[in-house]
This record gives sequence, structure tokens and C-alpha cells, in this order.
Amino acid sequence: MPINYYITLALCLFAIGVVGVLTRRNAIIVFMCVELMLNSVNLLLVAFSKMHHIAKGAAATAGTDGQLFVFFIMVVAAAEVSVGLAIIVMMYRNVHSININFLNRLKH
Amino acid sequence: MNNVLDIVYWIPLLPLLGCIINGLGRKSLSKGAIGVIGSGVILASFVLSLWAFFQVRAGNVHTAEYFPFINVGNLKIPFAFQIDQLSAIWLLVITGVGFLIHVYSTSYMHDEKPEHFGRYFAYLNLFVFSMLLLVMGANFVIMFIGWEGVGLCSYLLIGFWFKKKEYSKAANKAFIMNRIGDLAFLIALFMLINKLGTTTFSEIFTSASLAKLSGREITVITLLLFVGATGKSAQIPLYTWLPDAMAGPTPVSALIHAATMVTAGIYMIARANLLFSMAPATLNVIAIIGIATALLAATIALKQNDIKKVLAYSTVSQLGYMFLALGSGAYVAAVFHVMTHAFFKALLFLGSGSVIHAMGGEQDMRRMGGLSKYMKVTNITFLLGCLAIAGIPGFSGFFSKDEILAGAFAKSPVLYALGLLGALLTAFYMFRLYATTFKGNFRGTQEQEHHLHESPAAITVPLIVLAILSVVGGFVGVPGFIAQGAHALSDFLKPVFKDSYALLPAHEVSHSMEWTLAGVSSLLVIVVVVIAWSRFAKKPDLQPATGLGKVLENKWYVDELYDTIIVRPLNALGSFLSNVVDRKVVDGVVNGVGRLVSYGGRQLRWLQSGQTGSYILMMVLGMVLIFIVQFFLRK
Amino acid sequence: MNITQLLFWVLTVIAIGSALMIVTSKNPVYSVLGLIVTFFAISGHYILMNAQFLAIVNIIVYAGAIMVLFLFVIMLMNLSKATETLKNKWLQIVGAIAGSCLFLVLIAALKNTEVKQNLVEMGTGDIGLVKSLGRELFTTFVIPFEISSVLFLSAMIGSVVIGKKE
Repeated sequence: MPINYYITLALCLFAIGVVGVLTRRNAIIVFMCVELMLNSVNLLLVAFSKMHHIAKGAAATAGTDGQLFVFFIMVVAAAEVSVGLAIIVMMYRNVHSININFLNRLKH
Repeated sequence: MNNVLDIVYWIPLLPLLGCIINGLGRKSLSKGAIGVIGSGVILASFVLSLWAFFQVRAGNVHTAEYFPFINVGNLKIPFAFQIDQLSAIWLLVITGVGFLIHVYSTSYMHDEKPEHFGRYFAYLNLFVFSMLLLVMGANFVIMFIGWEGVGLCSYLLIGFWFKKKEYSKAANKAFIMNRIGDLAFLIALFMLINKLGTTTFSEIFTSASLAKLSGREITVITLLLFVGATGKSAQIPLYTWLPDAMAGPTPVSALIHAATMVTAGIYMIARANLLFSMAPATLNVIAIIGIATALLAATIALKQNDIKKVLAYSTVSQLGYMFLALGSGAYVAAVFHVMTHAFFKALLFLGSGSVIHAMGGEQDMRRMGGLSKYMKVTNITFLLGCLAIAGIPGFSGFFSKDEILAGAFAKSPVLYALGLLGALLTAFYMFRLYATTFKGNFRGTQEQEHHLHESPAAITVPLIVLAILSVVGGFVGVPGFIAQGAHALSDFLKPVFKDSYALLPAHEVSHSMEWTLAGVSSLLVIVVVVIAWSRFAKKPDLQPATGLGKVLENKWYVDELYDTIIVRPLNALGSFLSNVVDRKVVDGVVNGVGRLVSYGGRQLRWLQSGQTGSYILMMVLGMVLIFIVQFFLRK
Repeated sequence: MNITQLLFWVLTVIAIGSALMIVTSKNPVYSVLGLIVTFFAISGHYILMNAQFLAIVNIIVYAGAIMVLFLFVIMLMNLSKATETLKNKWLQIVGAIAGSCLFLVLIAALKNTEVKQNLVEMGTGDIGLVKSLGRELFTTFVIPFEISSVLFLSAMIGSVVIGKKE
């Protein structure tokens, strides 16, 4: 498959994530959209790693670092989700809402 | 390089030290200590000046360079003092007369509170310091420092009794009038620096250096310098500050506004004599302004009733004479007259101070009269001063005035005739003053009469010393037609003016002619003195003046004229600028900017909703923009 | 159209469709399910590209652990009802426009690139296998790997501290 198919797919998922972040007010859904964006990037990274692998003449290790990068992104995402969900739980406990507009304290 | 004259820096330094001590210690020092310090430093300066004078007389002319003052690119202005014949004479006059006036002041100002007494002496010492700087400076810049310094001190001392509003107004007037002249001086200075790259006298006043200047440039520079001199030396059109300056204490009037500061303009022109000699047009202007001032001020003095105002106008008039001499190329005569004038005008001012002191602050002559009975020393010394200024043969004023008139005659007989008229007017108003004040019957109140007394020794001794100088001071310049080679001053000053004499057209006046001129003027002066005496000794004019007299009493309405044509339009302009331009335009712009910002802020505030969603939206839009720029707009 | 291409298109449609479901569904539980489906589709893509290790990890970590966490939170807090308040219609439209602008701009940028026709290795190649990735991970990337364990530890402590009741 040519790389631009993957790029387009990844962009599509990424844009959907962006639209979700912009339009939804539910903090959990916003959070999930962020995860979607991360995953679209992961997909793109894997596709590029495979493209790189043939571009380098199928050498033994060419392109492995791209896939390892994805692995590390997953690591960070897992940590982020655990902390982020804890924050959302905390927020719900305090204000009984997970509407992000409810938290407009940045104004003050 | 080592020269004994290198230590002349002590001459100005001592008064500065006195100023600092008196100024800082005015609250803790006793009046006696302040007086001793204030006068003592001047005395020490005088002794040093005397020593310097004899060094110069022995032929030791020296420029002492101390440190580089301004070094900018090619412009190098050292801090240097020049001791030569001209500055030596001025040094003697300043410190000598200055010392006498300091001594006089210790008594005259004794009623002041100690801190004001200290302030007074601090100012006075600062004045002497500045004046010495002016005279000793070896370049125009140092001179200008002193020039500004004396202006400042003059301002401070005129407004010494600053609680009276009109006094501080007089001080402001003096200062502002002086500033006009100072500006012209400064421009001339910049032109000299621009054209010649130096301000040092010894470098400017050489034929090689002056050859770099075109005739027109010389004329412009000299005219600007002369405008500077008119400010400081109270000539038309900037003279009106001097009579108002009489608001200050009388010794100040004697020192600053008669003997020293007002002669700064003459000193400056005498110092730059070579430059002026190369500009005949300027010399003509100076002569005309000089004689015009002399006559105008003399006519005003005829009708003044304030004893100090008469003397003030007399000073303006005498300064006009000095400028007449300068304009005629008779530089020595001008310097000579500065010297003799310093003696007799200081004497007259101090004498009037003594009278005012005895009268308890009264300055109006119409309330005086018959004071000769009460104040013997003051009476006699004042009379001697009047004789000297009137130019009675044998007194100092005669010699210097005669020399000026001879110089004017050599230039133009018209100038001579006008000068003679001025001299007669001088004699007339001086004896009007004398007769009204000291002769006839006392016209003041009983209380004042009871209070009348001769002043203490600190006042009378300076009077006596000055009186002696006024009588004999003229004999340093006995003119050639009386005794060949007796003009010591002329010989002494010859090195300073020799280059100018080579340039100026020689107007030799024969001895017989000079005899005639001197005889005519003396005879007329004596006649006028007799007329004035007989007219005013018995019944002084107490009636309000009418007709021309009223015009004279009101000083030709010059102050009103200035008020109408300069002050009021300026005030109107000022109020226009403040009310319309400042309030509407400038404030409008400033407020408009403020309003615009606050309006814009209020509008932009909606962007800062505090909602995370909108911030993310902004972020995405920003990213889109960055991508657009990055991918499509960048080549 | 061979089987690889067919699978590619099928997975792509599933991914995009379920992604749209995340954004559009009113019930958060459906959004979570949509996201899980998307993750499975992405894992399918990984397998197509023979990145087996990542495909498995993606399913275990994302679809398994993380999404279960999401579901737990939603259900424990009883958020499954459509609690979202009526939001500003304008802001939604603007958000959608902004997102599509981003998409269009990037796609337009893609048109000008030279690499767009480069081929991606499908089905073959062993870089995505556990053996080669593991060797690389424990030699070249061993320090980041160890540091990531510290990150996990701190995230753990952090979530415990935040989630603890006062």
C-alpha cells in the first residue's frame, strides 16, 4: 500500500479526535478523543516504520525505533490515563459534574 | 611647565570653600564666625590676586592647565586658568571690592537670622567664585561656567528675601533676561567650536586661526557674543532686569549689579578684542547700542525717586559708556572705566545702603533730606562718589570718562556729542540725588528722625576705603596729553590689545584737541553740577511729574512695551498651548490611546472566557494557521 | 484487489466509523465501545503491517486495560445517562469547521510531498516481531525503558493520592 493511504487514514482519525475535543463537553469523552488522536499518531508511526524498512533495503533493524517509539507512547498514555481519570473522579466528587465548561475558573 | 602661577587655582577655590562651609554650617555657626569665614576667604583670595598681579607685572603671563575637562573626538577643552594683564586687573577688582563689600555686609545684614545670614554669605562667596572662574578661565567654556554661575548667584541674591513675591519676580526677570543673552553666547560658542574646533583663547585669537573664518562668520559670532554681553551687562534691549534687581540687599547691588557681574560682558568683549576688531560692523552696533543705552538710562534716572533705582539706571548708563568705548575700539578706556566705576559705584551703592540702613529701610528720596547733619562719614564719602561719577577733574571718573569721550570723538564727533550729553545728564541726576538726600530739611517721620544715626565701622570703613580709591583711582590712567607716558594702565594692558590696535584704523587726536575736549566737558559738567545743586538743595521736586517727566518716571514705558509685545503674546501663546494644544490635542491623543486600549481590551476580553474549550479552539485555529504558513506560504 | 487491500479498506472503514461514533454518541458508554472498536481496527492494521508485538500490546494495554478503566469510571460514577448539558450550537459548528480545516490543510500539504507514493511493507518483514523489538529495546533503549518504570510508579502514586478521599 502506498504511504499516503495510511497518512490520510491517520489524519482522518486525528481530525475526528480534534473535532471531538472541540465539540464535546463531557470530560471523559474529551479524554477519549485525546486517546484517539494518540492512536492515530501511533498508526502513522508504524506505517512510516514499515515504509522506512523497505526504503532502507529491508535491513535487519531499520525502522525498529519507530515501533519502539509507539511502545513508549503507549507507556506514557497508560500513565496519563491513570492520572487523568483520577483527576476526573476527583472533580466529579467535588462539583458533581464532569462538564469541562463548569470549570471555567481560569477566568478568575 | 612649572610656573609659580600654577597655584592660582586657590584664588577661586577659597571662596568656594567659604561657600561650602557657610552653606553647610549656616545653622550651627555663629554670625561672627560666618562673617569672618566669608570675608576671610575673600581677603585671602585678594592677597593671592595681588601677588598674581605683581607676577604679571613682572612679565609672568601664564596659562595654568589642570586637567582635561571635555575630551570629545577632536574637541579638547582643558580646565585651565589664564592669568594675564586683563584677568589680573579684574581679579583685583573682584576680590578687592568684593572683600570690602563682604566686610560691609557683616554689619548690614546683621539683623537677619543666623541661617539666613549664613545663606547670604554662602551665596556671596559662590558669586565671587563664579566671577573668578569667569575671569580666569582660559577658554570660552570655563568662562561660560562662571558666566552661568554668576547669573545663578545673581538670581539667588536678588531673590534673597524670597518671601516677598515681587522680589522673587524680579529675580525671575533677571534670570530670564540673562538666559536670552546666554543663549546667544552659547550659540556663538558652538559656532566657534564648529569652525575652529577649539575654545581656548590663546588658540582662537591668533591671526592664523581667525583667517579660517569668513568676514560674515566673524560678524555673526561677534554679534551673538555681544547679545550675550547685553544680557549680562544690561544693555538695550535686555537692560530692564537690572533696575528691578535692586530688590536684593544693597551690598549685593553694589557687588553684583554695579562692580563686578555686570562688567562680565565688557570683560568678554575685551578678552575677544581681536575678534571684535575684525568685525567693524559689530563695533558700530556696539557703539550705537552703548550710547543709546547710556542716554536712555540717564534720562530715566533723572526722574526716579527711589535712591537705589537712580543708582541702578546710572549703572546701566555707565555700562553703556563702557560699550561705547569698546565700540570705538578704545578697549583700554573701557577697562579703565570698569575699574573706576567699580570703585565709585560700589561706594555710592554702599553709601545708599548706609542711608537706607539709617532710615530703617526707607528708599524713597522724597522722605529723606538733610542727612548730612546726621551721617558725616556717609555724607562725605557719598559726595566724593558723586564727584567721581560726574567727572569733576581730578577724580577717577574724570580720567576714564574723558578717555572714553576722546575715543568716541576719534570714531565720530556725533558719538562724542551724545556721550557728552550723557555725561551732563549723569552729573545732573547724581547731584539731584545727592542734594535731595543729604541737603535741605529732613522730610521723614519723627520716628525715623529719632532713629537716624551714623552707621558702624564695618560700614563706614569700606566706604572710606572706596572713597579714597574713587578719588585717586584715576591716576593710574593719566592721559597722554597731560603727562606723557603716565598712563600706567594703558602700558600694562598693551600686550592684550596690541593685535587689535594693529587692525583698527588709527584715529590720532591731537593733544590740543584733547585739551579742548576735556576742558569743554569739565566746564559743562561743573556748570550742570552747580545748577543741579542750587535747584534741588533747597526745594527738591516733590510734585508728581507731568508730561515728559512722567514718561521718564515710568522709564519710557519700556517695561510696559516689553510686557505688551513680548510677555503678553508669550503668555497668550502659553495659555493657548496649555488650554488648547495640551488639553485637547496632546491629552486627546494620550487619552485616546488609553481609551482605545481599554476598548480593545473590553472587546478582547470575550476571548478570555475561561472555558477550556474555547482555548483549545484557539489553539487548533492557531495550528491551522501555522500549518498554512509553513506549507503554503513559505517558499 | 487482493486480500491485503480488501482487509485494509474494511479495517479503515471500521476505524473511521467507530471513531465518528465516539464523537457523536450521546451516551458515554457507546463512546467507550466505539473507541474499543477503533483500537481493535488499528490493531488489525498493525497485523496487516506485520507489527505483531504492537498489535498485541495495543489490545492488551489500550483495549484491555485503559478502556476497562474508562468503563469502570463511567459506570461507577453512573454517568451513562446523557448528562451533557445543551451546549452552544455555534461553538460546535466552529469546532467542526476548525477540525476539518486542520484535516484539509494537512491533506493539501500531503499533495505536494514526494514520499506519498512510497510503499509500505505489508505482511512481511520481521522488525515488528517480538524478537527484534525486544533485542533493540533491551540494548539501545534500555535506559528509557527503565525510566518508564519510574514514570509508572509515579503515575500510580499520583492517582492514588488524587483519588484518595480526604
